[in-house]
Amino acid sequence: MSEAALMILDTRRLLCPLPVIRTQDKVETMEAGDSLVIQCTDHGVINDIPAWCRINGHELVSIDEQDHEIVIEIRVGKTS
Amino acid sequence: MLSPKLWTTSTMPNTSNDKPQRKAVALVSGGLDSLLAVRVLQEQGIHVEGINFYTGFCVEGHTHAIRKKDRAKPKRNNALWSAEQLGIKLHIIDVSEPYKGVVLNPKHGYGANLNPCLDCKGFMVKEALEWMNKHDFDFLITGEVIGQRPMSQRKDTMPVISKESGAGDLLLRPLCAKLLPETKPEREGWVDREQLLDFSGRNRKPQMALAEKFGFTDYAQPAGGCCFLTDANYSSKLADLWQARGEKTYEIDDIVMLKIGRHLRPKPHFKLIIAREEGETNFLRGYRRSYLSLNTISHSGPISLIDGEANDEDLELAARLVARFSSGREADLVTVEVRQKNGEAKELKVKPLSSDDIPKEWYV
Repeated sequence: MSEAALMILDTRRLLCPLPVIRTQDKVETMEAGDSLVIQCTDHGVINDIPAWCRINGHELVSIDEQDHEIVIEIRVGKTS
Repeated sequence: MLSPKLWTTSTMPNTSNDKPQRKAVALVSGGLDSLLAVRVLQEQGIHVEGINFYTGFCVEGHTHAIRKKDRAKPKRNNALWSAEQLGIKLHIIDVSEPYKGVVLNPKHGYGANLNPCLDCKGFMVKEALEWMNKHDFDFLITGEVIGQRPMSQRKDTMPVISKESGAGDLLLRPLCAKLLPETKPEREGWVDREQLLDFSGRNRKPQMALAEKFGFTDYAQPAGGCCFLTDANYSSKLADLWQARGEKTYEIDDIVMLKIGRHLRPKPHFKLIIAREEGETNFLRGYRRSYLSLNTISHSGPISLIDGEANDEDLELAARLVARFSSGREADLVTVEVRQKNGEAKELKVKPLSSDDIPKEWYV
Protein backbone atom coordinates (compact mmCIF):
# COMPACT_ATOMS: atom_id res chain seq x y z
CA MET A 1 0.00 0.00 0.00
CA SER A 2 1.48 3.32 -1.01
CA GLU A 3 1.80 6.22 1.41
CA ALA A 4 -0.77 8.99 1.23
CA ALA A 5 0.57 12.09 -0.43
CA LEU A 6 0.48 15.61 0.97
CA MET A 7 0.28 18.36 -1.64
CA ILE A 8 0.13 22.13 -1.42
CA LEU A 9 -1.95 24.36 -3.67
CA ASP A 10 -1.39 28.11 -3.83
CA THR A 11 -4.58 30.00 -4.71
CA ARG A 12 -3.56 33.26 -3.06
CA ARG A 13 -4.97 36.36 -4.80
CA LEU A 14 -7.44 34.25 -6.74
CA LEU A 15 -11.07 35.17 -6.18
CA CYS A 16 -13.90 32.70 -5.77
CA PRO A 17 -14.81 30.48 -7.44
CA LEU A 18 -11.27 30.08 -8.82
CA PRO A 19 -9.82 28.61 -5.60
CA VAL A 20 -12.58 25.99 -5.69
CA ILE A 21 -11.91 25.25 -9.36
CA ARG A 22 -8.17 24.90 -8.77
CA THR A 23 -8.88 22.63 -5.79
CA GLN A 24 -11.26 20.52 -7.84
CA ASP A 25 -8.75 20.19 -10.68
CA LYS A 26 -5.91 19.30 -8.30
CA VAL A 27 -7.98 16.70 -6.44
CA GLU A 28 -8.78 15.00 -9.75
CA THR A 29 -5.10 14.12 -10.01
CA MET A 30 -4.88 12.74 -6.46
CA GLU A 31 -5.77 9.45 -4.81
CA ALA A 32 -8.27 8.73 -2.05
CA GLY A 33 -6.60 9.35 1.32
CA ASP A 34 -4.18 11.96 -0.01
CA SER A 35 -4.17 15.38 1.66
CA LEU A 36 -4.23 18.78 0.05
CA VAL A 37 -3.30 22.02 1.78
CA ILE A 38 -4.83 25.05 0.03
CA GLN A 39 -3.46 28.56 0.61
CA CYS A 40 -6.07 31.25 -0.04
CA THR A 41 -6.72 34.94 0.44
CA ASP A 42 -10.38 35.17 -0.59
CA HIS A 43 -12.52 34.71 2.51
CA GLY A 44 -15.24 33.17 0.36
CA VAL A 45 -13.34 29.88 0.54
CA ILE A 46 -14.36 29.50 4.18
CA ASN A 47 -17.85 28.63 2.94
CA ASP A 48 -17.15 27.42 -0.56
CA ILE A 49 -14.43 24.80 -0.06
CA PRO A 50 -16.24 23.04 2.81
CA ALA A 51 -19.43 23.03 0.70
CA TRP A 52 -17.52 21.62 -2.25
CA CYS A 53 -16.04 18.92 0.02
CA ARG A 54 -19.45 17.94 1.37
CA ILE A 55 -20.93 17.69 -2.13
CA ASN A 56 -18.08 15.64 -3.52
CA GLY A 57 -17.34 13.37 -0.59
CA HIS A 58 -14.04 14.80 0.59
CA GLU A 59 -13.09 15.43 4.21
CA LEU A 60 -12.43 18.89 5.55
CA VAL A 61 -9.53 18.47 7.98
CA SER A 62 -8.95 22.06 9.11
CA ILE A 63 -9.40 25.73 8.37
CA ASP A 64 -6.76 28.07 9.75
CA GLU A 65 -7.28 31.81 9.35
CA GLN A 66 -4.21 33.97 9.90
CA ASP A 67 -4.14 37.70 9.15
CA HIS A 68 -4.95 37.96 5.45
CA GLU A 69 -4.42 34.30 4.63
CA ILE A 70 -6.58 31.23 5.02
CA VAL A 71 -5.08 27.76 4.98
CA ILE A 72 -7.44 24.84 4.42
CA GLU A 73 -6.53 21.18 4.59
CA ILE A 74 -8.71 18.54 3.00
CA ARG A 75 -8.42 14.79 2.63
CA VAL A 76 -9.44 13.30 -0.68
CA GLY A 77 -12.37 10.92 -0.51
CA LYS A 78 -13.24 8.10 -2.82
CA THR A 79 -13.86 9.41 -6.28
CA SER A 80 -16.34 7.84 -8.59
CA MET B 1 -42.99 17.31 1.77
CA LEU B 2 -39.47 16.17 1.04
CA SER B 3 -36.56 17.63 2.88
CA PRO B 4 -34.03 18.95 0.34
CA LYS B 5 -31.08 18.00 2.51
CA LEU B 6 -32.14 14.36 2.67
CA TRP B 7 -32.58 14.07 -1.06
CA THR B 8 -29.55 12.19 -2.35
CA THR B 9 -28.95 9.79 -5.18
CA SER B 10 -29.45 6.85 -2.84
CA THR B 11 -32.86 8.10 -1.72
CA MET B 12 -34.20 8.91 -5.15
CA PRO B 13 -37.20 7.01 -6.44
CA ASN B 14 -36.26 3.60 -7.73
CA THR B 15 -36.32 3.03 -11.42
CA SER B 16 -37.49 -0.22 -12.83
CA ASN B 17 -34.86 -2.93 -12.51
CA ASP B 18 -34.84 -3.71 -16.19
CA LYS B 19 -34.13 -0.09 -17.16
CA PRO B 20 -30.73 1.48 -16.74
CA GLN B 21 -30.81 4.63 -14.65
CA ARG B 22 -30.47 7.54 -17.02
CA LYS B 23 -28.02 10.32 -16.28
CA ALA B 24 -28.52 14.00 -16.98
CA VAL B 25 -26.12 16.87 -16.64
CA ALA B 26 -27.75 20.11 -15.54
CA LEU B 27 -26.57 23.66 -16.06
CA VAL B 28 -26.71 24.96 -12.49
CA SER B 29 -26.46 28.72 -12.10
CA GLY B 30 -27.40 28.83 -8.45
CA GLY B 31 -30.77 30.41 -9.15
CA LEU B 32 -34.22 29.03 -8.47
CA ASP B 33 -35.00 27.80 -11.98
CA SER B 34 -32.07 25.43 -12.31
CA LEU B 35 -32.67 24.23 -8.76
CA LEU B 36 -36.24 23.30 -9.66
CA ALA B 37 -35.34 21.81 -13.04
CA VAL B 38 -32.97 19.38 -11.35
CA ARG B 39 -35.46 18.44 -8.69
CA VAL B 40 -38.19 17.79 -11.26
CA LEU B 41 -35.88 15.28 -12.94
CA GLN B 42 -34.85 13.73 -9.64
CA GLU B 43 -38.53 13.09 -8.99
CA GLN B 44 -38.42 10.79 -12.01
CA GLY B 45 -35.42 8.85 -10.77
CA ILE B 46 -32.91 10.47 -13.07
CA HIS B 47 -29.33 10.70 -11.79
CA VAL B 48 -28.36 14.35 -12.14
CA GLU B 49 -25.01 16.06 -11.79
CA GLY B 50 -24.56 19.79 -12.08
CA ILE B 51 -22.20 21.82 -14.16
CA ASN B 52 -21.41 25.47 -13.54
CA PHE B 53 -19.25 27.66 -15.75
CA TYR B 54 -16.86 30.36 -14.59
CA THR B 55 -16.74 33.02 -17.31
CA GLY B 56 -14.96 35.78 -15.39
CA PHE B 57 -18.13 37.88 -15.45
CA CYS B 58 -19.99 36.00 -12.73
CA VAL B 59 -21.55 38.36 -10.22
CA GLU B 60 -20.87 36.08 -7.31
CA GLY B 61 -17.52 36.33 -5.70
CA HIS B 62 -15.28 39.10 -6.82
CA THR B 63 -16.56 42.36 -5.44
CA HIS B 64 -17.91 40.73 -2.32
CA ALA B 65 -14.53 39.17 -1.76
CA ILE B 66 -12.72 42.45 -2.16
CA ARG B 67 -14.80 45.08 -0.44
CA LYS B 68 -14.34 45.08 3.30
CA LYS B 69 -17.84 46.36 3.95
CA ASP B 70 -19.27 43.25 2.28
CA ARG B 71 -17.25 40.80 4.35
CA ALA B 72 -19.74 40.85 7.21
CA LYS B 73 -22.53 39.70 4.90
CA PRO B 74 -23.08 35.97 4.75
CA LYS B 75 -21.42 34.85 1.55
CA ARG B 76 -21.90 31.68 -0.36
CA ASN B 77 -21.56 30.36 -3.85
CA ASN B 78 -25.17 29.76 -4.85
CA ALA B 79 -24.35 27.03 -7.35
CA LEU B 80 -22.59 25.04 -4.62
CA TRP B 81 -25.46 25.82 -2.27
CA SER B 82 -28.01 24.56 -4.80
CA ALA B 83 -26.03 21.39 -5.43
CA GLU B 84 -25.89 20.71 -1.72
CA GLN B 85 -29.63 21.23 -1.35
CA LEU B 86 -30.21 18.84 -4.23
CA GLY B 87 -27.70 16.25 -3.08
CA ILE B 88 -25.89 16.30 -6.41
CA LYS B 89 -22.29 16.68 -7.47
CA LEU B 90 -21.33 20.00 -9.01
CA HIS B 91 -18.54 20.44 -11.51
CA ILE B 92 -17.30 24.02 -11.78
CA ILE B 93 -15.46 24.64 -15.01
CA ASP B 94 -13.24 27.57 -15.89
CA VAL B 95 -14.22 28.65 -19.40
CA SER B 96 -12.92 32.20 -19.10
CA GLU B 97 -10.49 31.85 -22.03
CA PRO B 98 -12.79 30.33 -24.66
CA TYR B 99 -15.60 32.57 -23.40
CA LYS B 100 -13.75 35.59 -24.77
CA GLY B 101 -14.93 34.64 -28.23
CA VAL B 102 -18.53 34.91 -27.03
CA VAL B 103 -18.07 38.36 -25.48
CA LEU B 104 -15.92 39.84 -28.21
CA ASN B 105 -17.76 38.56 -31.28
CA PRO B 106 -21.29 37.44 -30.47
CA LYS B 107 -22.95 36.09 -33.59
CA HIS B 108 -26.37 37.15 -32.32
CA GLY B 109 -25.23 40.50 -30.95
CA TYR B 110 -25.65 42.06 -27.52
CA GLY B 111 -28.69 42.65 -25.37
CA ALA B 112 -29.49 45.94 -23.62
CA ASN B 113 -25.86 46.17 -22.48
CA LEU B 114 -22.82 44.10 -23.47
CA ASN B 115 -24.62 40.88 -22.60
CA PRO B 116 -24.39 38.34 -25.41
CA CYS B 117 -27.10 36.17 -23.82
CA LEU B 118 -28.06 34.03 -26.79
CA ASP B 119 -24.47 33.24 -27.78
CA CYS B 120 -23.64 32.69 -24.12
CA LYS B 121 -26.36 30.12 -23.62
CA GLY B 122 -25.43 28.34 -26.83
CA PHE B 123 -21.78 28.28 -25.75
CA MET B 124 -22.62 26.86 -22.33
CA VAL B 125 -24.88 24.17 -23.70
CA LYS B 126 -22.17 23.22 -26.20
CA GLU B 127 -19.58 22.99 -23.42
CA ALA B 128 -21.99 20.96 -21.30
CA LEU B 129 -22.65 18.66 -24.26
CA GLU B 130 -18.93 17.96 -24.58
CA TRP B 131 -18.76 17.22 -20.85
CA MET B 132 -21.82 14.97 -21.18
CA ASN B 133 -20.27 12.95 -23.98
CA LYS B 134 -16.95 12.67 -22.21
CA HIS B 135 -18.54 11.43 -18.98
CA ASP B 136 -21.10 9.11 -20.58
CA PHE B 137 -24.26 10.96 -19.55
CA ASP B 138 -27.48 10.66 -21.55
CA PHE B 139 -28.89 14.17 -21.88
CA LEU B 140 -28.76 17.80 -20.78
CA ILE B 141 -31.17 19.92 -18.81
CA THR B 142 -31.45 23.64 -18.13
CA GLY B 143 -33.78 25.72 -15.99
CA GLU B 144 -34.87 27.86 -18.93
CA VAL B 145 -38.44 29.12 -19.05
CA ILE B 146 -40.06 30.49 -22.20
CA GLY B 147 -40.39 34.25 -22.04
CA GLN B 148 -38.30 34.66 -18.94
CA ARG B 149 -35.43 36.49 -20.62
CA PRO B 150 -35.83 38.81 -23.57
CA MET B 151 -32.97 37.38 -25.61
CA SER B 152 -32.12 33.79 -24.81
CA GLN B 153 -35.35 32.47 -23.34
CA ARG B 154 -37.91 32.99 -26.07
CA LYS B 155 -39.85 30.37 -27.96
CA ASP B 156 -38.10 31.36 -31.18
CA THR B 157 -34.57 31.48 -29.73
CA MET B 158 -34.65 28.29 -27.67
CA PRO B 159 -34.44 26.10 -30.80
CA VAL B 160 -31.49 28.23 -31.94
CA ILE B 161 -29.63 27.26 -28.77
CA SER B 162 -30.47 23.57 -29.24
CA LYS B 163 -29.33 23.65 -32.85
CA GLU B 164 -26.22 25.80 -32.67
CA SER B 165 -24.89 24.06 -29.56
CA GLY B 166 -25.20 20.71 -31.29
CA ALA B 167 -27.32 19.36 -28.44
CA GLY B 168 -30.44 19.12 -30.60
CA ASP B 169 -33.13 17.05 -28.97
CA LEU B 170 -30.85 15.94 -26.16
CA LEU B 171 -31.53 19.29 -24.50
CA LEU B 172 -34.52 19.14 -22.18
CA ARG B 173 -36.03 22.14 -20.39
CA PRO B 174 -38.13 20.52 -17.65
CA LEU B 175 -39.82 23.73 -16.51
CA CYS B 176 -41.37 24.50 -19.91
CA ALA B 177 -41.02 21.20 -21.76
CA LYS B 178 -44.75 20.83 -22.36
CA LEU B 179 -44.69 23.99 -24.45
CA LEU B 180 -41.84 22.75 -26.61
CA PRO B 181 -41.46 19.90 -29.11
CA GLU B 182 -40.79 16.48 -27.62
CA THR B 183 -37.14 15.73 -26.94
CA LYS B 184 -35.32 12.40 -27.11
CA PRO B 185 -35.45 11.78 -23.34
CA GLU B 186 -39.24 12.12 -23.52
CA ARG B 187 -39.63 10.14 -26.73
CA GLU B 188 -37.50 7.28 -25.47
CA GLY B 189 -39.37 7.16 -22.18
CA TRP B 190 -36.37 8.12 -20.07
CA VAL B 191 -38.55 10.83 -18.59
CA ASP B 192 -42.32 11.16 -18.45
CA ARG B 193 -43.40 14.28 -20.37
CA GLU B 194 -46.64 14.39 -18.40
CA GLN B 195 -44.69 15.10 -15.22
CA LEU B 196 -42.80 17.97 -16.80
CA LEU B 197 -44.05 21.56 -16.66
CA ASP B 198 -45.45 24.34 -18.81
CA PHE B 199 -44.11 27.49 -17.19
CA SER B 200 -43.82 30.61 -19.29
CA GLY B 201 -43.35 34.35 -18.87
CA ARG B 202 -41.66 36.48 -16.27
CA ASN B 203 -44.12 35.71 -13.50
CA ARG B 204 -42.20 33.88 -10.79
CA LYS B 205 -45.21 32.65 -8.85
CA PRO B 206 -45.30 29.15 -10.40
CA GLN B 207 -41.63 28.66 -9.55
CA MET B 208 -42.16 29.89 -6.02
CA ALA B 209 -45.12 27.56 -5.56
CA LEU B 210 -43.07 24.63 -6.84
CA ALA B 211 -40.20 25.58 -4.56
CA GLU B 212 -42.59 25.51 -1.63
CA LYS B 213 -43.92 22.13 -2.70
CA PHE B 214 -40.38 20.75 -2.78
CA GLY B 215 -39.52 22.33 0.57
CA PHE B 216 -37.04 24.90 -0.72
CA THR B 217 -37.35 27.98 1.44
CA ASP B 218 -33.96 29.56 0.85
CA TYR B 219 -32.82 30.20 -2.69
CA ALA B 220 -31.13 32.92 -4.72
CA GLN B 221 -33.23 35.35 -6.74
CA PRO B 222 -30.64 37.37 -8.62
CA ALA B 223 -32.11 40.49 -10.22
CA GLY B 224 -31.02 40.77 -13.84
CA GLY B 225 -29.29 37.44 -13.92
CA CYS B 226 -25.91 36.42 -12.59
CA CYS B 227 -23.63 38.13 -15.07
CA PHE B 228 -21.91 41.51 -14.83
CA LEU B 229 -22.41 42.03 -18.56
CA THR B 230 -26.10 42.72 -17.94
CA ASP B 231 -25.10 45.67 -15.74
CA ALA B 232 -25.14 49.05 -17.50
CA ASN B 233 -22.32 50.57 -15.44
CA TYR B 234 -20.09 47.57 -15.90
CA SER B 235 -20.76 47.43 -19.63
CA SER B 236 -19.95 51.12 -19.90
CA LYS B 237 -16.55 50.50 -18.31
CA LEU B 238 -15.87 47.58 -20.62
CA ALA B 239 -16.82 49.65 -23.68
CA ASP B 240 -14.51 52.41 -22.46
CA LEU B 241 -11.68 49.88 -22.11
CA TRP B 242 -12.12 48.71 -25.69
CA GLN B 243 -12.35 52.23 -27.02
CA ALA B 244 -9.20 53.31 -25.19
CA ARG B 245 -7.24 50.33 -26.47
CA GLY B 246 -8.55 50.66 -29.98
CA GLU B 247 -9.53 46.99 -30.09
CA LYS B 248 -11.92 44.59 -28.44
CA THR B 249 -9.69 42.50 -26.19
CA TYR B 250 -9.43 41.80 -22.49
CA GLU B 251 -7.55 39.75 -19.95
CA ILE B 252 -9.03 38.36 -16.75
CA ASP B 253 -7.25 41.02 -14.69
CA ASP B 254 -8.94 43.69 -16.80
CA ILE B 255 -12.43 42.43 -16.14
CA VAL B 256 -11.74 41.99 -12.43
CA MET B 257 -10.46 45.57 -12.30
CA LEU B 258 -13.68 46.85 -13.85
CA LYS B 259 -15.47 45.69 -10.71
CA ILE B 260 -13.17 47.57 -8.37
CA GLY B 261 -12.80 51.22 -7.41
CA ARG B 262 -13.68 54.48 -9.09
CA HIS B 263 -12.58 54.65 -12.71
CA LEU B 264 -11.70 58.10 -14.05
CA ARG B 265 -10.31 58.77 -17.50
CA PRO B 266 -8.79 62.26 -17.67
CA LYS B 267 -7.13 61.56 -21.04
CA PRO B 268 -7.98 59.06 -23.76
CA HIS B 269 -4.70 57.19 -23.27
CA PHE B 270 -4.89 56.51 -19.52
CA LYS B 271 -7.34 56.06 -16.70
CA LEU B 272 -7.07 55.90 -12.94
CA ILE B 273 -8.51 53.14 -10.79
CA ILE B 274 -8.93 54.63 -7.33
CA ALA B 275 -9.72 52.39 -4.36
CA ARG B 276 -12.89 53.33 -2.50
CA GLU B 277 -12.14 51.63 0.79
CA GLU B 278 -9.62 49.54 2.71
CA GLY B 279 -10.54 46.21 1.15
CA GLU B 280 -10.03 47.60 -2.34
CA THR B 281 -6.78 49.27 -1.28
CA ASN B 282 -5.45 45.94 -0.06
CA PHE B 283 -6.51 44.25 -3.25
CA LEU B 284 -5.09 46.88 -5.60
CA ARG B 285 -1.81 46.89 -3.69
CA GLY B 286 -1.28 43.37 -5.00
CA TYR B 287 -1.24 44.75 -8.56
CA ARG B 288 1.58 47.27 -8.09
CA ARG B 289 3.94 45.13 -10.16
CA SER B 290 1.48 45.12 -13.04
CA TYR B 291 0.40 48.77 -13.04
CA LEU B 292 1.98 52.13 -12.31
CA SER B 293 0.60 53.18 -8.91
CA LEU B 294 0.06 56.36 -6.93
CA ASN B 295 -0.27 56.76 -3.21
CA THR B 296 -0.60 59.88 -1.09
CA ILE B 297 2.08 59.93 1.63
CA SER B 298 1.62 63.32 3.32
CA HIS B 299 -2.04 62.52 3.95
CA SER B 300 -4.05 59.33 4.23
CA GLY B 301 -5.68 58.28 1.00
CA PRO B 302 -6.51 55.40 -1.30
CA ILE B 303 -4.08 53.62 -3.56
CA SER B 304 -4.63 54.26 -7.27
CA LEU B 305 -3.46 52.42 -10.34
CA ILE B 306 -2.89 53.82 -13.80
CA ASP B 307 -4.14 51.77 -16.72
CA GLY B 308 -2.49 53.02 -19.92
CA GLU B 309 0.59 55.07 -20.66
CA ALA B 310 1.14 58.32 -18.79
CA ASN B 311 3.87 60.90 -19.41
CA ASP B 312 5.18 63.36 -16.81
CA GLU B 313 2.42 65.86 -17.47
CA ASP B 314 -0.18 63.09 -17.17
CA LEU B 315 1.38 61.92 -13.90
CA GLU B 316 1.12 65.42 -12.47
CA LEU B 317 -2.57 65.51 -13.38
CA ALA B 318 -3.09 62.00 -12.01
CA ALA B 319 -1.38 62.94 -8.74
CA ARG B 320 -3.61 66.01 -8.37
CA LEU B 321 -6.63 63.85 -8.98
CA VAL B 322 -5.54 61.22 -6.47
CA ALA B 323 -4.87 63.98 -3.93
CA ARG B 324 -8.48 65.08 -4.39
CA PHE B 325 -9.62 61.70 -3.04
CA SER B 326 -7.27 61.84 -0.03
CA SER B 327 -7.75 63.45 3.36
CA GLY B 328 -5.58 66.30 2.06
CA ARG B 329 -8.15 67.44 -0.50
CA GLU B 330 -8.32 70.91 1.10
CA ALA B 331 -4.54 71.20 1.69
CA ASP B 332 -2.32 73.51 -0.34
CA LEU B 333 0.03 70.68 -1.25
CA VAL B 334 -0.16 66.91 -1.02
CA THR B 335 2.83 64.61 -1.50
CA VAL B 336 2.07 61.71 -3.81
CA GLU B 337 4.37 58.76 -4.39
CA VAL B 338 4.44 57.56 -7.99
CA ARG B 339 5.70 54.03 -8.18
CA GLN B 340 6.81 52.28 -11.35
CA LYS B 341 6.08 48.60 -11.94
CA ASN B 342 9.71 47.77 -11.10
CA GLY B 343 9.38 49.40 -7.67
CA GLU B 344 11.23 52.62 -8.47
CA ALA B 345 9.40 55.53 -6.88
CA LYS B 346 9.44 59.30 -6.97
CA GLU B 347 7.50 61.92 -5.05
CA LEU B 348 5.39 64.71 -6.48
CA LYS B 349 4.11 67.64 -4.43
CA VAL B 350 0.85 68.73 -5.99
CA LYS B 351 -2.16 70.90 -5.38
CA PRO B 352 -5.28 68.75 -5.18
CA LEU B 353 -7.84 69.31 -7.90
CA SER B 354 -11.05 70.93 -6.75
CA SER B 355 -14.31 69.15 -7.39
CA ASP B 356 -15.06 71.73 -10.09
CA ASP B 357 -11.85 70.72 -11.87
CA ILE B 358 -13.13 67.18 -12.38
CA PRO B 359 -15.58 66.98 -15.28
CA LYS B 360 -18.33 64.41 -14.96
CA GLU B 361 -17.18 62.91 -18.24
CA TRP B 362 -14.01 61.69 -16.55
CA TYR B 363 -16.03 59.21 -14.51
CA VAL B 364 -16.25 56.01 -16.51
